[in-house]
Amino acid sequence: MPRERAAEFTIDHVQVLDESGEADEDLVPNLSEEELLDLYRNMKRARRFDTRAIALQRRGEIGTIAPAIGQEAVQVASATALSEADWMVPSFRESAAYLTRGIDPHLLLWYAMGMEEGAEVPEGEHTMPPSIAVGAQTLHGAGLGWGQAITDDDAASLVFFGDGASSEGDAYEAFNMAGVFDAHTVFLCQNNRYAISVPTENQTRAETIAQKAIAGGIDGIQVDGNDVLGTYKVVTEALEQARQGNPILVEALTYRQSMHTTADDPSVYRTPEEEAEWEERDPIDRYEDYLRSEGVLDDETVAEIEEDVETELEAAIERAREGEKEVVPAEMFDHVFDELPQSLRKQRDEFRREEVDHD
Amino acid sequence: MTEQLNMLEAIRSTLRAEMERDDGVIVYGQDVGRNGGVFRATQGLIDDYPGQIYDAPVAESGIVGMGVGLAAHGLTPVPEIQFSGFMHQAFAQIQQHAARLRSRSRGTMNCPMTIRAPSGGGIRALEHHSESFEAGYAHTPGLQIAYPSSPADAKGLLAASIRNPDPVIFLEPTRLYRAVSGEVPEEEHLVPFGEANVVEEGEDITVVAWGAMRRETQRAANNADADVELIDPRTIVPLDEETILDSVRKTGRCVVVHEAPKTAGMAAEITARINDEALMYLEAPVERVTGYDVPFPLYAREEDYLPDPERIRSGIERAVEY
Ligand SMILES: Cc1ncc(C[n+]2csc(CCOP(=O)(O)OP(=O)(O)O)c2C)c(N)n1
Repeated sequence: MPRERAAEFTIDHVQVLDESGEADEDLVPNLSEEELLDLYRNMKRARRFDTRAIALQRRGEIGTIAPAIGQEAVQVASATALSEADWMVPSFRESAAYLTRGIDPHLLLWYAMGMEEGAEVPEGEHTMPPSIAVGAQTLHGAGLGWGQAITDDDAASLVFFGDGASSEGDAYEAFNMAGVFDAHTVFLCQNNRYAISVPTENQTRAETIAQKAIAGGIDGIQVDGNDVLGTYKVVTEALEQARQGNPILVEALTYRQSMHTTADDPSVYRTPEEEAEWEERDPIDRYEDYLRSEGVLDDETVAEIEEDVETELEAAIERAREGEKEVVPAEMFDHVFDELPQSLRKQRDEFRREEVDHD
Repeated sequence: MTEQLNMLEAIRSTLRAEMERDDGVIVYGQDVGRNGGVFRATQGLIDDYPGQIYDAPVAESGIVGMGVGLAAHGLTPVPEIQFSGFMHQAFAQIQQHAARLRSRSRGTMNCPMTIRAPSGGGIRALEHHSESFEAGYAHTPGLQIAYPSSPADAKGLLAASIRNPDPVIFLEPTRLYRAVSGEVPEEEHLVPFGEANVVEEGEDITVVAWGAMRRETQRAANNADADVELIDPRTIVPLDEETILDSVRKTGRCVVVHEAPKTAGMAAEITARINDEALMYLEAPVERVTGYDVPFPLYAREEDYLPDPERIRSGIERAVEY
């Protein structure tokens, strides 16, 4: 036969909790009531954090931020699936994932206030600082996963990136090299439908982002990213597989309900109808319906959670404001090298002198 | 006839005029179509020139590399890189291909690509959104670099860039996009490359500054106890050495101001050229007022990093009192 099929591929799509909050009982992950409530609590914390942060930005208290409103399910689920030993490699929209991983919210505010202090990684913590350069971090995640393979580490690395990022050359190199080196890497694409103003259809002619894995010889799977249980299940299994040296690309279909960043105006490139349609599929509402129907959540618990969230946030904002007053400008010289070269010491001294002169 | 425009408006109207003049001018980049660019430099253009303006995927190496191909096909690519901090993703294509197409083809091919990108700090932006890497491009043979500091120059230099048969890195001072308005010629306006602008004449000291630093320097000059001659080179490559040297021969003193880091920055190059050609006229060492050799800080510290009128004035006075 002159022409025969050389290879064939398919991409699976997973959903556990449907849009009306109805779960497929066979697929529901095995979680305790407390764990189920934690997923809910973290989504609420993240939503409230971003809403407040937008307001703080509008008042000029913090700088540009990229809110994750609408993407809480995918971020909270995947950060919950991580063990402490696993690495988290964020992009720039991961407020929900950070909060779920236990980072103090005032640090996120500091970062948004333009303070490097907010990105400081505490010793021993397996979380990378945010990557503002789109897609670059996919390679860091592949490298961390390779390191885990080399050292026989029973842990994995999870990289967040967007549908836009999947167009960068770095992402293709990452999928391919992770495959070559049996990296313990899960590539988690949050396909939130837009890269700033450009919808996924104009970003790529590929039908799914997940299939971009195929060319790298690694697995690809799609999940409903507004379904917190489905995403938790898929990412948990993906991490398990990655720990065995089989990297995987998970595409979570979701929607960025808010603006790209606080400097963006989405009304230029999308319709209120489309936005309303996705609000209907809101990840928190859907999960809340489910928890109520399971008898895990009632009005009283919701009120309690909301109050806790508010208290935590108020304290964080206070702490952020206090910290801002203590910014030391000369610190910009301190972390460039292990040891400051002579020329840079000289620049720092000059800087300090000028600071004194001008005060 | 002139009209009052800010820098963004001047850039937009120039892109429009150049697309109108030549339908081979192709404008493309991230979010430049429907969204009109994140700074709105291309706002509305897609409605009038749908076949000449395109949204591109988030892929800087792809954007510049495809430009080399478009140019080889005889078109005039005018890609926008959303922030110059992300031109590094395309640096291999810029340095290995765009800049060398002419020499590699022994002069039989050229790459008339104008890569536009916002540059410089001072707008409280995120990481990588405030870099100024002009020295890196100047260190790349085959590239020309324009860095306007006024709306009229933005128009004149952009039109000249698009018609330039060589690749141009066109750096737009983000901080000035909306901050300054000025008279811009309505008709065709071309500012030739390699002709500095003597912004202010003076007798005591020559100060060289470009982009957003021109405005800071003007503020400093107004308060300095010296009669300042302010020179804006407008194009970093080719550099109008003669205008700078003539001025230094007159004043005997010079300060070079830029917001990029000090080490191996353009101020070092300008100082070296003054040493080569006008050493005997100097009454004081050439002063450099620049950014520090640290990664551009997040915005809580950016004002401390950036040269401001105070620092520039100190530099001027150090040179004058030497
Ligand atoms: C290398 C690089 N190019 C361009 C930008 C500007 N930029 C910031 S976010 C963004 C879109 C990213 O879209 P996507 O990867 O889908 O992530 P999302 O913003 O949707 O979370 C762009 C173009 C950048 N930060 N880095």
